[in-house]
Amino acid sequence: MAGGAPSGGSSASDTYAPTRHWLLAPSWFVLGFFTLAPILIMLVYSFLTKEFRGGVIWEPTLAAYDQFFFDRGLFGDADPTLQWTYISIFWRSIWQAGVATILSLLIGFPTAYFIATRPEKSRALWVFLITIPYWVNLLIRTVSMKFLMRDEGPLNDFLMNIGLIDAPLHMINTNFAVQMGLFYSYLPFMVLPIYASVERYNFTMSEAAADLYASKFQTLRRIVLPAVKPGVIAGCILVFVPSLGAFLAPDLLGGAKNFMIGSLIEEQFKGNAGNWPFGAAASMILLTMVMTILLVFAGQQRRAGQDT
Amino acid sequence: MNESAELAVDVRDAVKRYGTFTALLKISLGIRDNEFFTLLGPSGCGKTTLLRMIAGFESVTEGAIYLYGDEIEMLPPNKRPVNTVFQNYALFPHMSVLDNVGFGLEMKGSSKADARKRAGEMLELVQLTQFANRKPSQLSGGQQQRVALARALAPAPKVLLLDEPLSALDMKLRKAMQIELKHIQRETGITFIFVTHDQEEALTMSDRIAVMSAGEMQQLGEPRDIYEHPRNMFVADFIGDTNLLEVSVGEITNGRVLCQIGGANALTCDAVEGVDTGAQVHLSVRPERLTLSDTTMSSESLKGTIVENIFIGTDINTIVDLEGGPQFTVRTSNSDRGNKRIIEPGSPAFVNMETGAARLLVD
Repeated sequence: MAGGAPSGGSSASDTYAPTRHWLLAPSWFVLGFFTLAPILIMLVYSFLTKEFRGGVIWEPTLAAYDQFFFDRGLFGDADPTLQWTYISIFWRSIWQAGVATILSLLIGFPTAYFIATRPEKSRALWVFLITIPYWVNLLIRTVSMKFLMRDEGPLNDFLMNIGLIDAPLHMINTNFAVQMGLFYSYLPFMVLPIYASVERYNFTMSEAAADLYASKFQTLRRIVLPAVKPGVIAGCILVFVPSLGAFLAPDLLGGAKNFMIGSLIEEQFKGNAGNWPFGAAASMILLTMVMTILLVFAGQQRRAGQDT
Repeated sequence: MNESAELAVDVRDAVKRYGTFTALLKISLGIRDNEFFTLLGPSGCGKTTLLRMIAGFESVTEGAIYLYGDEIEMLPPNKRPVNTVFQNYALFPHMSVLDNVGFGLEMKGSSKADARKRAGEMLELVQLTQFANRKPSQLSGGQQQRVALARALAPAPKVLLLDEPLSALDMKLRKAMQIELKHIQRETGITFIFVTHDQEEALTMSDRIAVMSAGEMQQLGEPRDIYEHPRNMFVADFIGDTNLLEVSVGEITNGRVLCQIGGANALTCDAVEGVDTGAQVHLSVRPERLTLSDTTMSSESLKGTIVENIFIGTDINTIVDLEGGPQFTVRTSNSDRGNKRIIEPGSPAFVNMETGAARLLVD
């Protein structure tokens, strides 16, 4: 565990305690400067007063959180009612990220399973093929998807040419486009961890299940899935978390109607129109939410781990 | 009904090819009901392939397999009423011992309660009742082995297949499990097909043994028969320790063959079909059927010089350099030491054998 100072431990390893401090220094540096410090800055900023041209005034206030959750009317003097604008953006983000995660799982699991069951020599090639598209910058890939999904884009042309549809499907600026964008952006994060756990899976267990009268589906559900569950959970987290905070796909493919948290936060820090404390507060709320989800998963994992 | 109905498993001209490689060349064998049958051979001889073909994990390239008269080679594994004990057990790590054992019954359609009840009985049979709620990883290797056995026996298969199930256990535990397996086989009355490369294990446990090598069956018979009457050089060499020597065949009289070993040494043994005067053939003699003396005992005593006495616990192996021939190993039981004195290395000695101890091998 990445737990604090070298407390406890076996007596033998205590001999190395002074050296261990120095060996741990790089990790402390990375954790401190790139994780803890930025979060602390955000936390502090979320409790400060906004400056109208961006930036903050160093006066503590709860205004940012208040603005997120409550509506006090146009002049700020009405009785506070629950503010649905931002909560619904959060809710939509969770929904979009959830759909993208499920899509990734449905496509990613068979893909990972397929790769892991290829002969050992060709597996590296398949993994390589999966990752090739991701050498291209995310922005460029998302713009290309916008081009592909346009009303007069190649996808509609193709579908009309094969006679599947008569008129172009309107895909761009819909929830569907955002889901596809998120799904495509993060698919390898689903495939790779699942691949890693399927590769470790002992296929003799599938033979044993078949030997004990289990059908293919029963084998998958009762034996394979429980065994590769850690990979599936890791894949879901790795797709869900960045999807939740994504702003490229929603901005480019979803248009103004399909605003997500990432875009909301991004706007608060852009140009002069922003509201830094509000952006920081939204970030903290997002962070808290993601942490809660991860802790619930981790708790379940630990419980499952104790059983084995 | 046909003749194969009395056989538990009837393998007819089974061939297995992987691309251009032939793993099994036309194997035919009948395994009887209620029999402890062993497929014995070195690794790569095709014994596991044959077992996996019976289980349904490998397709049959040519030929047919019958199970109590029903043709099964086209059925998937989950449709065959046979169960397997895997070499590395393949227990389901996320299930308790009880659920592992009950899995087969549950998949066969028993209710969870019935499956658990029967699983409990099976655990009793293998004496693991108190571990029912543990996970497999919390058990020792020997205990896991018994869970695997209980799991395979729980659905009451018509035939139980065992793929080198004892090879991961240490020697003491392996010996104990050999006896327990044999015991369980008799108690349940289920036909066991056991795969092993360990000839001692095969001799200890089996009713009948099929010795395999290079995708072919070399000999099929009862342990004693195979040990005492090996048909060819492979079987003689693979089963037990033996002295193999090349001899030239001399006169054949009254069904006895005179074999020239070299120098003045010669011996007679039973004639075998296909061996004629003048041929160069191999002869096999088990070391425990030889005795040593410092004077000649009969006309068939072979003259030589003692090279070394090796103490191996229950026995002493004495290596003798035969005059005009190869080295011979003579095994003397330690309990006989009182009667026979040990002859020091370097001393001349005579090797004597019981009649029928030497066997001519066809190939």
